[in-house]
Amino acid sequence: MSDMTFTMTDGISAVYLITIILFIYGLHLMNSPATARNGNRLASVGMLIAIVATLLDAGIVNYTLIATGIIIGSIIGASFARAIQMTAMPQAVAIFNGLGGGASGLIAISEFMRLNEAPDTFTMTLSITIVLSILIGIVTLSGSLVAFGKLQGIVSGRPIQFPLHRWISLLFVILIAAVGSSLVITPNETVFFVLIAACLALGILLVIPIGGADMPVVISLLNSYSGLAAAAAGFVLENTVLIVAGSLVGAAGLILTRIMTKAMNRSLRNVMFGGVGGTSESKDISEGDAREPAREVTAEDAAVGLAYADTVIFVPGYGLAVAQAQHQIKQLANLLESRGVQVKYAIHPVAGRMPGHMNVLLAEADVAYDKLFDLEQINSDFSQTDVTVVVGANDVVNPAARETVGSPIYGMPILNVDHSKSVLFLKRSMNPGFAGVDNELFYKDNTMMLFGDAKDSLNKLVQAVSEED
Amino acid sequence: MLDNSFLIAMYVFVLALFAGFEVITKVPPTLHTPLMSGANAISGIALVGALIVSGPMGLTLPTAVGLIAIILATINVVGGFMVTDRMLQMFRKEKKRDQ
Repeated sequence: MSDMTFTMTDGISAVYLITIILFIYGLHLMNSPATARNGNRLASVGMLIAIVATLLDAGIVNYTLIATGIIIGSIIGASFARAIQMTAMPQAVAIFNGLGGGASGLIAISEFMRLNEAPDTFTMTLSITIVLSILIGIVTLSGSLVAFGKLQGIVSGRPIQFPLHRWISLLFVILIAAVGSSLVITPNETVFFVLIAACLALGILLVIPIGGADMPVVISLLNSYSGLAAAAAGFVLENTVLIVAGSLVGAAGLILTRIMTKAMNRSLRNVMFGGVGGTSESKDISEGDAREPAREVTAEDAAVGLAYADTVIFVPGYGLAVAQAQHQIKQLANLLESRGVQVKYAIHPVAGRMPGHMNVLLAEADVAYDKLFDLEQINSDFSQTDVTVVVGANDVVNPAARETVGSPIYGMPILNVDHSKSVLFLKRSMNPGFAGVDNELFYKDNTMMLFGDAKDSLNKLVQAVSEED
Repeated sequence: MLDNSFLIAMYVFVLALFAGFEVITKVPPTLHTPLMSGANAISGIALVGALIVSGPMGLTLPTAVGLIAIILATINVVGGFMVTDRMLQMFRKEKKRDQ
């Protein structure tokens, strides 16, 4: 590609600079909901500019093939984006991460095949970047597909670990290192395919032992990898716009990963290899014998408390997404507000299956974003709250995280709903949350349990509250 | 020669990482999902690379692999930006009238 005219290369590089500026500025506009939509549009304009500029490259002449690919991809992408439900957004992001990573991996594969036709064109740097690019890209692809399967319910959301799992993963890491080094020394097609297969396997092995509630971390991490894969492909092709855009995304994913692990008080290592939440599922039910039974209430009982409250805070969790009850929660909130109740929403950073999952669902139900509060913003408000309604959340409100040293969730920042005057849990059953830890809050005097599907329960509450005088 | 350009590429990579950290740290939690899907669409920049490897004339093994890369990256770009836009148009502020 170095035999291109200087002017053309320079011209295209200059246009790439515009793309980079639009990407960075577009991401910058994401710092407020008021400007975020424009930010996303600017970034998409930047992308279009980069694509058009690239097509002007004198070395790119395979127009029929390129047009075919772009048309097929656009049709699939656009129909997917239109059809996908907001509750399925974690799956959508997982699949997009995988496609981006896969595309980057395929670039390196294609480049290897082209260079391998004249093996003396390989340089050490080039071979290393190709191997790394394939590693990151293909691991992102297969890992994301497993994450998608778990979120979609095709693969079990429980952590899946088989005997010697870690050792087998380690074996694959060693295999990839060995095969990769051998390729750097002597390019060989057979060895090359072994590398690809091993990378596919490693992605599966890394994600399959991770449980559903740890998905926010995994998705953030795969998001980061999809960016790093693009950057690695940029190193292979010596293309600046790929490197810059890829590392911007890599940074974004790393920041989100860090926020998520902090919100769970866990290290990344612990999430990746800890396998939390598969084992102790039912033992705590028997422990419950010794204490006061939880107080089960009817929707009518609960409605009285809500209808005559001054302040109510809703705490949504994954159960809200599963039941697709975002519109019902908004309906109840509207009804309460019309009676003069002050309503707020408290959002834990890891509520749901991806960062910001609850916020998007509530936005879909037309809840204003200035009624949604983070953990730090709202935790001091609970003590002045009459009723806190927990909808399909558990671990993120469990006081054991604050009080019980030795509990698997000890040290995790939680929403202090136990400080409010009363708590209403909408839950399907007494089963403990994902971490398998019993929740003392269920048994407290001022806690009410309303069992059932979140959507049904909220509908009943709406009905009952509207019947209050 | 190539190593020198590799080094410059490393500079670019590292500086862009820092720029990314600076810009993205300021994104509020409420926008984390759109940020993720928007950033994900940006990682579809791999499309540019896919165009480059598919560029030479003819349907050879490398360009056929490139074609698959184009399809995957285009789905990523088009789907990613569209779904992000769909999400962001739902975010609204409380109207001033009530309360």
